[in-house]
Amino acid sequence: MHPALKYSIFSLARNALSYHERWPLAWRSPAPKPRYDAVIVGGGGHGLATGYYLAREHGIVNVAVLEKGYLGGGNTGRNTTIVRSNYHLDPNAHFYEMSLKLWAGLSRELNFNVMYSPRGVLNLCHSPSDIDAAMRRGNAMRLNGIDAEFLDRNEIARRIPNLDCSREARFPILGGLLQPRGGTARHDAVAWGYARAADALGVDLIQQCEVTGIRLDGGTVAGVETTRGYIATSKVGLAVAGHSSRLAAMAGVRLPIESHALQALVSDPVKPVLDTVVTSGAVHFYVSQSDKGELVMGGDLDFCNSYAQRGSVSVIEHVASACLALFPSFGRLKVMRTWGGVCDMTMDGSPIIGQLPVSGLTMTGGWCYGGFKATPASGWLHAYTIARGAPHALNAAFTLERFARGETIDEKGAGATPWAH
Amino acid sequence: MLLIPCPWCGPRAQVEFTYGGDARVRRPAPDAPEAAWIEFVYLRDNPAGPHDELWQHSGGCRQWFRLRRDTRTHEILGSAQPGESLPGDTR
Repeated sequence: MHPALKYSIFSLARNALSYHERWPLAWRSPAPKPRYDAVIVGGGGHGLATGYYLAREHGIVNVAVLEKGYLGGGNTGRNTTIVRSNYHLDPNAHFYEMSLKLWAGLSRELNFNVMYSPRGVLNLCHSPSDIDAAMRRGNAMRLNGIDAEFLDRNEIARRIPNLDCSREARFPILGGLLQPRGGTARHDAVAWGYARAADALGVDLIQQCEVTGIRLDGGTVAGVETTRGYIATSKVGLAVAGHSSRLAAMAGVRLPIESHALQALVSDPVKPVLDTVVTSGAVHFYVSQSDKGELVMGGDLDFCNSYAQRGSVSVIEHVASACLALFPSFGRLKVMRTWGGVCDMTMDGSPIIGQLPVSGLTMTGGWCYGGFKATPASGWLHAYTIARGAPHALNAAFTLERFARGETIDEKGAGATPWAH
Repeated sequence: MLLIPCPWCGPRAQVEFTYGGDARVRRPAPDAPEAAWIEFVYLRDNPAGPHDELWQHSGGCRQWFRLRRDTRTHEILGSAQPGESLPGDTR
């Protein structure tokens, strides 16, 4: 990055002298060129990270990232900002742990504060079988070198005084599994940080440019049709979770994915009351407090196929009732805003990061509920797969072919029912 | 919340129903090639637009039926008892 563009205490002081009216734009808005070495479809965190790592790690800078709306306007700006790597199965554990390690250094790497806050992610246990499952998962995490601690009820009551840990609670809390390095990050900042850093390396970020077709030449990618004209390229990477099925269908590929709406909501902002991410699988609920003071919470899918970025009030009601069962004192708060995003729900609950059965076509998607925390590793491994033409060891298991081979990665054991993961 | 027209009970709130997935999926013959089974178990069209899907009126008459719904707008385009057809059915 050119020193004049770098954010620092000195640039802050320099720009203060001009009343902050002369900050340069964070990235260019170039017109699309007729040909690129690689085209990434989707200008959210995953697509921008792919563009960044193609340039940074592999020296491929003649790259365009195409976005139909504005950067980070899809699921990147709609998630609940939780990052963690508390997975049981080896491929997931190693992949998400790589991502968590990248999160730890991301602000420095991108010269942009992504506000990664390792405040701990706590999964509550409400029954002896919940405890067995948490112990098993915690042990698996530790064997994979990932931090995990089991907290008993008294310790949870001490750390999270708002949580109803009494015996009389509607869903009594018996313990919980904590990943101390888990936490939250600023979702918009991740998109902006990767965008700015990718642009500085020469990657073209092209907004208001929707891909309407993928042109093939004898089973090989030749280019993409867009609302801003045809762009020739031999490599197309899809980073369009929520719409992966639609983009893959443009190249004649069917995916083991259904699109479902997932909702979230925030309360009005209050002073700090919760310094940990608290989740409960039993009541389908999770909550954290943002730096603005809003309590950010979410729950289940809407449980029917949807491309609409909204859902039913009954789901919001379920989230609110679960919240009040765990945190009775939050009953005085108001719901300030609710929204929805469209998730790629795969048939085993795990992502697809790799080559599709069309030469030159790759994807990173199928994130189910959990794409945000994967952003750095997803971009890194997608870029690796595009540049080398073969997957890295850390995404070798996340192929499309695993379904046909019976090598599904089913963390929950829910089987081929995408909305059950 | 969706107002779902149960073919037996009439319009009822979505919370009375359980979703059953894509209604166009067809179980292959027992001796069908493996590729047909992989397609049946895992692959879906996942359309953005009209979608034929199975629902059960689990909090009511407990019957299964077919619903046609636009996945972009959630607009309900029709419902049918098993064996009945909906306008535009191709099978």
